[in-house]
Amino acid sequence: MISDRLLAEFDSIVRNYPVRRSALIPILLTTQEHLGYLSDESIAAIARYLNLPAIDVYEVVTFYSMLRRHPVGKHHIQVCTNISCLLLGGEEIFERVSKRLGIKEGETTSDGQFSLAEVECLGACCNAPAMQVNYTYYNDLTAEKVDQILQALQKPEER
Amino acid sequence: MPELALLTHVQHRNLMTVEEYRQTGGYEALRKVLLEMKPDQVIEEVKKSGLRGRGGAGFPTGMKWSFIPKNSEKPKYMVVNSDESEPGTCKDRVIIEKTPFLLLEGIAISSYAVGSSTCYLYIRGEYYDQAMILKQAIEDAYRHGFLGKNILGSGYNLDVYLHRGAGAYICGEETGLLESLEGKKGWPRLKPPFPAISGLYGCPTCVNNVETLAAVVSIIQNGGDWYAALGTPKNGGTRLFCVSGHVKKPGTYELPMGIPLRSIIYDYAGGMKDDRKLKAVIPGGSSVPILTADEIDVKMDFDSVAAIGSLLGSGGVVVINEDTCMVKALLRIARFYAHESCGQCTPCREGTTWLKKTLQRVYEGDARQAELDQVLSIAFNMMGTTICPLADAAAMPVRSYIQKFRHEFEYHVQHKCCDVKPAVRI
Ligand SMILES: Cc1cc2nc3c(=O)[nH]c(=O)nc-3n(C[C@H](O)[C@H](O)[C@H](O)COP(=O)(O)O)c2cc1C
Ligand code: SF4
Ligand code: FES
Repeated sequence: MISDRLLAEFDSIVRNYPVRRSALIPILLTTQEHLGYLSDESIAAIARYLNLPAIDVYEVVTFYSMLRRHPVGKHHIQVCTNISCLLLGGEEIFERVSKRLGIKEGETTSDGQFSLAEVECLGACCNAPAMQVNYTYYNDLTAEKVDQILQALQKPEER
Repeated sequence: MPELALLTHVQHRNLMTVEEYRQTGGYEALRKVLLEMKPDQVIEEVKKSGLRGRGGAGFPTGMKWSFIPKNSEKPKYMVVNSDESEPGTCKDRVIIEKTPFLLLEGIAISSYAVGSSTCYLYIRGEYYDQAMILKQAIEDAYRHGFLGKNILGSGYNLDVYLHRGAGAYICGEETGLLESLEGKKGWPRLKPPFPAISGLYGCPTCVNNVETLAAVVSIIQNGGDWYAALGTPKNGGTRLFCVSGHVKKPGTYELPMGIPLRSIIYDYAGGMKDDRKLKAVIPGGSSVPILTADEIDVKMDFDSVAAIGSLLGSGGVVVINEDTCMVKALLRIARFYAHESCGQCTPCREGTTWLKKTLQRVYEGDARQAELDQVLSIAFNMMGTTICPLADAAAMPVRSYIQKFRHEFEYHVQHKCCDVKPAVRI
C-alpha cells in the first residue's frame, strides 16, 4: 500500500520537473526505501500516479540494478569485486561474507536479516576493498574487519 | 606541495556550511560574475583557461558552452554529471564530501554563462550520504540567497534540483543520463543532434562533470591565464587523480595536469605496496588501454597520454603489481562491460558477452590459441560502430592487455593454469 505520507513525497518530487515522467526513478527509489522492494501493487499504483502504462514502469525497474522486485535482507550486503577491489582481495571479502552467513550471491538468510550481492564499482576505489550495507560504506576491508562488521550487525542491541 | 585549484582550503578540514565556505573567499567568484561580467566574458575566460572536461572525454569546456544557442525560445538546462561509475574513479565524491559549495558555486557560474536558470544534479543512487550532503547544501545556499530568485541582486535566477539515479553505468554517458532523467531506461541517443542543441526534453542542454564545474570557480577567481599556467599547453589546471590498487597510500590527489605518472605513484601515493614490483598501470579508469611499467614517464595530460596510445579518461589511476594475473584482471573488466551494455547495438551487446565468455574460457585454460586472435579481431570490430562509446570502452582494454601481456594469456591457454603467483590473499 502506498501511504498518504509516501504520496505526499511523490507530490513534492513531481514538482521538480516540467514533465511528470521525470519523477519516475526518484519515486521508485523512495518507494523501495520505504517498503523494501517494488511489488506489483506498488508498481501499478506508481504507474497510475504518473499516468504511465504499467509496462513502461516494469521496463525501467528491470533496467536499473538498484531497483528490485523482491525483498532483500534487513542488512543488504553489497561487495564490490571490480578492478581496484579485486586487486586487494575483493573476491576473498565476498567469499568471507558468503561463508560466514551461509548464503550465496542473490540469497537471503532464512531469518531475513542478511542478503548478499556482488556489485560493480561503488566509487570507493581508493579505499578498496569496499562494500555497502544498505547505504553505509565499509572501507579498507580485511577478513577480521568483515567478521567484526557482521557481528555488530547481528547483535545491534548489545552495542 | 604544488598549487591547487579545487581542494585549496580543504586539506585539513571540510567546508560544510555557507558561512564556513564564505570565510575562505567562497562565493566571491559568483559575485564577480553576476555583478561585473557578461555570460560571453565568462565563456572567454574559461576558454583561455584550457579547462577540458573531467568526466572522461576531455572536451574543451569553454567551447562546449559556446555551442549552446544564445537565443533560444525553449528553456536551457544545465545538467551535472555525478554518476561516477567508471571503475577506479572516486573523485567527484571527494568534492561533494569536502566542499559541496564549491560545486554549487561552479554550477551557478556555469549556468549563468550558458544562460540557464534550471539545473539538474544527477547523482548515482549508491551515493546516498553524498546526496544528503548536497540536499542540505542546496537548502543552505537558497537560504543565503546564492540560489533562487534574483541572486545577489543581479536579477539572475537559478534553481538546482537533485536527482538520484538507480544503478546503471551507462547513465554516466551523457545522453543515457538524459534519458534516465526523463524517467526512462538509460539508452544512449544517436548523435547528432547533440545535447547542446537538443538535450533534456528536446531543449538545449549543457552536461558537465562535477570536477569540471568545480574548477570554474578558481578560473574566475584567479583568471584563465593563471589556471592555464598550472598545467601544460591545451591542458589547463589541476586534476583529481584517484590512485588505487597496489600502492602504499591510495587516495585522491589534486595535482597539476602533466605531472609524470611515475611521480603520482612514487612521490604521492607512497610507491608500491609491500615493495613489490610494478607491472602495469591503468591511467584513466577501466575503459582505457593499459600501460606497462616501462611507460610511466608519460606526462599525465590528455594529449601526452593519447600520444602513447592510451587515454587520461576519468583520472582513475589503478596500479598493478607483479603478483597480479592479467587474464583475471581483464576478465573482471570484461564481465563489467557485458553487464553494463544497454543492449541497443548488436556489436556491443553480442561483442561484450562473447568477450566475457571467451576470456572466461581462456582463464580456465579451456580455449585454443587461435581464439586469442579471434578475441582481438572481435574487439577491433566492435570499435567505432555503435551508438555510444561503451563498445569502444569494452574493446580497448581487451586489445591492450592481450597485446602487452600476451605471454600470460598464452600460458593460460597452453598450460591450463597461471604463471603468476596468486594475487595477494587476505
Ligand atoms: C559509458 C560512459 C560512461 C560515462 N560515465 C561518466 C560518468 O560517470 N561521469 C561523468 O562525468 N562522465 C561520464 N561519461 C562522459 C559523459 O558522456 C560526458 O562526456 C561528460 O559528462 C561531459 O562532461 P565534461 O565535459 O565536464 O567531462 C561517460 C561516458 C561514457 C561513454
Ligand atoms: S554501444 Fe553498447 S551501451 Fe552504448 S548504446 Fe550501444 S549497446 Fe548501449
Ligand atoms: S572498484 Fe571497488 S569501489 Fe571502485
